[in-house]
Amino acid sequence: MVWVNTIVQGVLLGGLYALFAIGLSLAYGVMRLVNIAHGDFIVLAAYIGLLVVTTLGVHPFVALPAVVVLMFLLGYLLQRGVLNLTLGPDILPPLLVTFGLSIIIQNVLLESFSADSKALEIGPLQTASIHLGEQIAVGWFPLIMFLVALALTVGLELLFARTPLGMAFRATSDDQQIAQLMGIRNRHVYGLAMGISFALIAVGGVFMGIKTTFTPDLGPGFLLFAFEAVVIGGLGSFWGTFAGSVILGVAQGIGFQLNPGWGILAGHLVFLAVLLFKPTGLFARTR
Amino acid sequence: MLSVHNLEAYYGDFQALFGIDFEIAAGETVAIIGANGAGKSTFLKTICGLMRTPPDTVRFEGAPIGGAGASEIVKKGIALVPEGRRLFRSLSVEENLRIGGFAGRGGAWTLDRVYELFPILKDKRDAPAPSLSGGQQQMVAIGRALMSNPRLLMCDEVSLGLAPIVVKDIYDALPDICTGGLAVIVVEQDIETALRMSDRVYCFMHGKVSLTGRSAELSHEQISAAYFGL
Repeated sequence: MVWVNTIVQGVLLGGLYALFAIGLSLAYGVMRLVNIAHGDFIVLAAYIGLLVVTTLGVHPFVALPAVVVLMFLLGYLLQRGVLNLTLGPDILPPLLVTFGLSIIIQNVLLESFSADSKALEIGPLQTASIHLGEQIAVGWFPLIMFLVALALTVGLELLFARTPLGMAFRATSDDQQIAQLMGIRNRHVYGLAMGISFALIAVGGVFMGIKTTFTPDLGPGFLLFAFEAVVIGGLGSFWGTFAGSVILGVAQGIGFQLNPGWGILAGHLVFLAVLLFKPTGLFARTR
Repeated sequence: MLSVHNLEAYYGDFQALFGIDFEIAAGETVAIIGANGAGKSTFLKTICGLMRTPPDTVRFEGAPIGGAGASEIVKKGIALVPEGRRLFRSLSVEENLRIGGFAGRGGAWTLDRVYELFPILKDKRDAPAPSLSGGQQQMVAIGRALMSNPRLLMCDEVSLGLAPIVVKDIYDALPDICTGGLAVIVVEQDIETALRMSDRVYCFMHGKVSLTGRSAELSHEQISAAYFGL
């Protein structure tokens, strides 16, 4: 029963990692752009959530839509104003620029909010849980987080499969030159892709801020988890990324159960094993 | 309709086109022939905005369009069937056609009319584009371009890599396509085909126009001299 509980908690933790990872998967899928500052933007979103909560005195769940809108705009403007200029045949410029952004964000957050840990409070819901039998308790909040991640994954899949914007995303990803011949303004499409990526980051950041306390230096760790989830799942589908996130969460849970020091390590080992034995990822849609 | 004057094009320091002059009127079919590397594809790329050029070098329906982006030019009514087809791999056949209509130009060409022109595509509408045969893919590429309801259609090496019988099928569809004053530029390796289906022909060599005239009036000697520089 201990192990069943471990796996259930790991799956729910995977929900948070999915919130971290699907935005990264989206940006890479559409633009072949790896945003090294992805994790730092997750932390930034949590601090923006904190600002909204403290200045307006609202519940974090009420603040969430505002954070989502702000982050969407930030993502769109960042892509149009900065990242579009770095895209080209050379993959290095976007990596360097987002690496620089990562350092800037961490230091701005440190200057503005200090290194003291902060948290977003949601009151009794934080600890409320449903008991399923003797040893298994599912927290309401991790469950909500998991379901939100699931819903967003479904939403993204539908957006890509069914809408004109999704078609434009896929076409631009396939061949951005020919996409322009269809009247698609690729710079705008890239802006929208990054905007949506940042909206997902906003959800991930606020949920992270509710789940645990946060400090300005957590970003690179989050980037790593998101990156591992994307690689484990494989590129080409958001379901793959979602599954990769759950696998990462379960691996970490099992590691923690074996020894409190082994949790993160177990996740890394699963990631390395996938890289070694199935480098395209477990659920890649082959092209 | 389209008038190109003293067009030059560069890939970095390499000059690919040296002062091209070119005209096409509404309803005309013009073929461009020439050896590999003569600048035919570069010429088309420049017209459709994939390569930049000073505004006044390319005028379309009286307005200078040189230097406008590709996504703007298609909205003005110029569509390209690119060399090698270049369908969107992750889109189905029907999605490839529908995305051709994204330019937002209304007109006679609709999904139904493309299916009428190429009935086989209707059966394959939900198939992924890469699963089609070369000839069918070429039909999708042409249909995709038509979906933008162009005034000028440019076809780059439609016959490349296709069996002669398939090429014939595709060119047989041309009269149905050239309705309502649509102008067509065809870049073609096969000189016989090019001459047979065009009103006029331009021959390119080393980035210059080496010969131009009415297709029916040019002799084989003139063409081989212009083609090979003999």
